[in-house]
Amino acid sequence: MTAITTRTSPRQPASATFVPVVAAFVVAVVAWKAIVVIGGYPPFILPAPETVATRLVKGWTDGTILPHFVATATEVALGLAVGAALALVAGYGLARSAFVERVVSPYLVAAQATPILALAPLLALWFGAGLLSKVVICALIVFFPVAVSTMVGVRSVDVGLLELARSLRATRRQILTTLEVPGALPSILGGMRVGVTLAVVGAIVGEWAGAERGLGVLINVARGSLFDIPLMFATLVTIAIFGIALYLVVVLVERRLLGPRQP
Amino acid sequence: MSDSKRTGGRLELRGIAVSFPRGRDVLPVLDGVDVTVAPGEVVALIGPNGSGKSTLLRVAAGLLPPNAGTVTLDGERITEPTAGVGLVFQEPRLLPWRTVATNVAYPLELAGWPRPRRTARLAELLDLVKLTEWTGARPAQLSGGMRQRVALARALALEPRVLLLDEPFSALDALTRERLNLELLELWHATGTSALVVTHSIPEAILLADRVVVLSSRPGRVVAELPVDVPRPRTLATLDDAVVSPLARAIRERLEDAAA
Repeated sequence: MTAITTRTSPRQPASATFVPVVAAFVVAVVAWKAIVVIGGYPPFILPAPETVATRLVKGWTDGTILPHFVATATEVALGLAVGAALALVAGYGLARSAFVERVVSPYLVAAQATPILALAPLLALWFGAGLLSKVVICALIVFFPVAVSTMVGVRSVDVGLLELARSLRATRRQILTTLEVPGALPSILGGMRVGVTLAVVGAIVGEWAGAERGLGVLINVARGSLFDIPLMFATLVTIAIFGIALYLVVVLVERRLLGPRQP
Repeated sequence: MSDSKRTGGRLELRGIAVSFPRGRDVLPVLDGVDVTVAPGEVVALIGPNGSGKSTLLRVAAGLLPPNAGTVTLDGERITEPTAGVGLVFQEPRLLPWRTVATNVAYPLELAGWPRPRRTARLAELLDLVKLTEWTGARPAQLSGGMRQRVALARALALEPRVLLLDEPFSALDALTRERLNLELLELWHATGTSALVVTHSIPEAILLADRVVVLSSRPGRVVAELPVDVPRPRTLATLDDAVVSPLARAIRERLEDAAA
């Protein structure tokens, strides 16, 4: 037999992946500290990394951050679920029906072109200062990237394979489950990577427009009434870590679902 | 192997005409083509580019309704794809995310076969195309020739009475192509299906077929039908001899007339 490519996925030792990551992190923190020291900034402008770290630990242990985090995480989870689910359906419709594309895509693009920051107060007005308005904003911001990536993914399914399925008398449903879903999956997951990070942005923006609880509210409170700038930074760090964690979840799901495809 | 040697089906294409719209005009592609494949017979379809060979195969597979004419398999009209007809495309058309085994079993899965029956049939098929050792491999790990063997096994999965092959090995190198043609001969011997195979190669047509049908250039018409009186089993020597045979010359002359 000729040209058999064997599995040569270079299984690197864990140290090879982690050392550069840790090194880059250390460099970033040192640079931050250097700016604080050299620039001589007071803590209410730019607190030093160790100040923020201390405040972060304290904020989590004394229960300042947790209720706000739970509120934001709930908004993100529900917004993601609703937004992504609707986007999958819409993306499929856009890919497979010229009519749907002609009718729906102008609104889709218009909604995306309108800054969410401008829409947020309006949505808060309509849906109240509670959970609902944030879920709507999250869903809205997640919708576009996931819908577009679904559309692109479904369209990218090889027409030769579709003809094959037809010659084997596959039903519409079988074509969906055996060709379109697996074929579109890499693209959909690419859209989800963008979607999850945007969902966090959506939740924070929504909270700014009016909320009683959430990490966005905490930023406002820390900056305004408490004038606790280290707490504000600690909240920002929490938001960043949350975003990274969500992103990593998608990457792991991707590896789980698509991993065996890599030759 | 379950092969109580089945007999192939009788495929009849009668007065097939196909035209495609092109702007305001229609482009006639096939114009009244009659081809019959007798049970167990292998017919090669040869013709210049644009003679509608692939289109004719699509019509025979029930994928494309003709503008005129009928297709029957053992007397039954074919108007849509049927399990009685197996199709091998020019490209392997494997599902890249599936393994060899699940690609071969794909038609069984779509047809709703229960798992135990599927597993048993799969073992036979992999054995038939000698891919038993590669069951867990993905298409990207296989050579071009192996991929086309997977496609062949998949086409045979539902025990078709007729196999339609659209230049199945044209993308492969010459040596692999020769070897696969020999395997194809064995396969036909083992399964006894009838076959209609589109090819560009005159020696290949002589090696494989019992009869060669020559199509004219667009719109395609049958300009000649030449029997291949070469005894079976055929070997690579047959192929070598075929290159300079009187039959090859006869086919070539018809082809040149057809293209003119």
